[in-house]
Amino acid sequence: MSTTTIAGHEVDVNEEGFLTRPDQWSEELAPELAALIGLHLTDKHWELIRFLRTDHAAMGETPTLRRVSTQTGTPVKELFGLFPGKPAKKMAYVSGLPKPKGCV
Amino acid sequence: MSDTTTTAPIVPSFDAPQSTGRKLAIICSKGNLDMAYPGLILANAAVGEGIETHLFFTFWGFDIINKATMGDLQFSFVGNTAMHPPGHSGMGVHHMLGALPGATKAATKMMKKQIADLDVPDVPEFLEILTASGAQMWACRMSADMNHLTEDDLYEGVEAIISASDFMELTEGAQLLFI
Repeated sequence: MSTTTIAGHEVDVNEEGFLTRPDQWSEELAPELAALIGLHLTDKHWELIRFLRTDHAAMGETPTLRRVSTQTGTPVKELFGLFPGKPAKKMAYVSGLPKPKGCV
Repeated sequence: MSDTTTTAPIVPSFDAPQSTGRKLAIICSKGNLDMAYPGLILANAAVGEGIETHLFFTFWGFDIINKATMGDLQFSFVGNTAMHPPGHSGMGVHHMLGALPGATKAATKMMKKQIADLDVPDVPEFLEILTASGAQMWACRMSADMNHLTEDDLYEGVEAIISASDFMELTEGAQLLFI
């Protein structure tokens, strides 16, 4: 377990750099996390981030890409466009949540 | 709890050098419901990791992309000694009971329900998700010829019917899975 400083906020992270304490995340932090992985947040990104936060709080785990797509009505193709390459992990990172555990 | 503190932020390396240029080829040769899913799930995981992913459907695997059959793949437990009711260990169902009339229908229904309960899509929807995610699907020329099928008979997301050698060419350097 390490800590790292992102835009003046000290946060706990795992060995990969994912935040390990969801309560250390804030809406101020999201654009900073996004910038670190080369993303600029649009309204649509925000809609998804807020869904991830709410769903994680309710279900106790990070939703998979499939769940994000079905629950928010966002086509999978659009998710790949918003968070290119590794959408599920990038969404989780910007939302200050662990990587999703589900397979699909 | 912390034992180290660093000044440069620790950021996941989503585009690590070892992941760029990685390519995966999955050959789907079986058409049973339980043999269709491993290929689809692994392909979905691969594209979600930014890996260039190709699926080649051949022999019985053709049923996965044949519009006439893709929504109706079946699961039979004949010959499958790992068959046991969900949640049970130990006492199983003798696999030869799977040869009784209606057994395949019942087993298929049960498996489809288990899959749906996990919010995993059915086969046609899974193909759509894979297409939307950028996976490339290819159909085997010989299987198409054997079954007298053309591209019109296949799921729209299939790129083309190609020969085995064409598939070898386009998956040069890829890791390979045969299912």
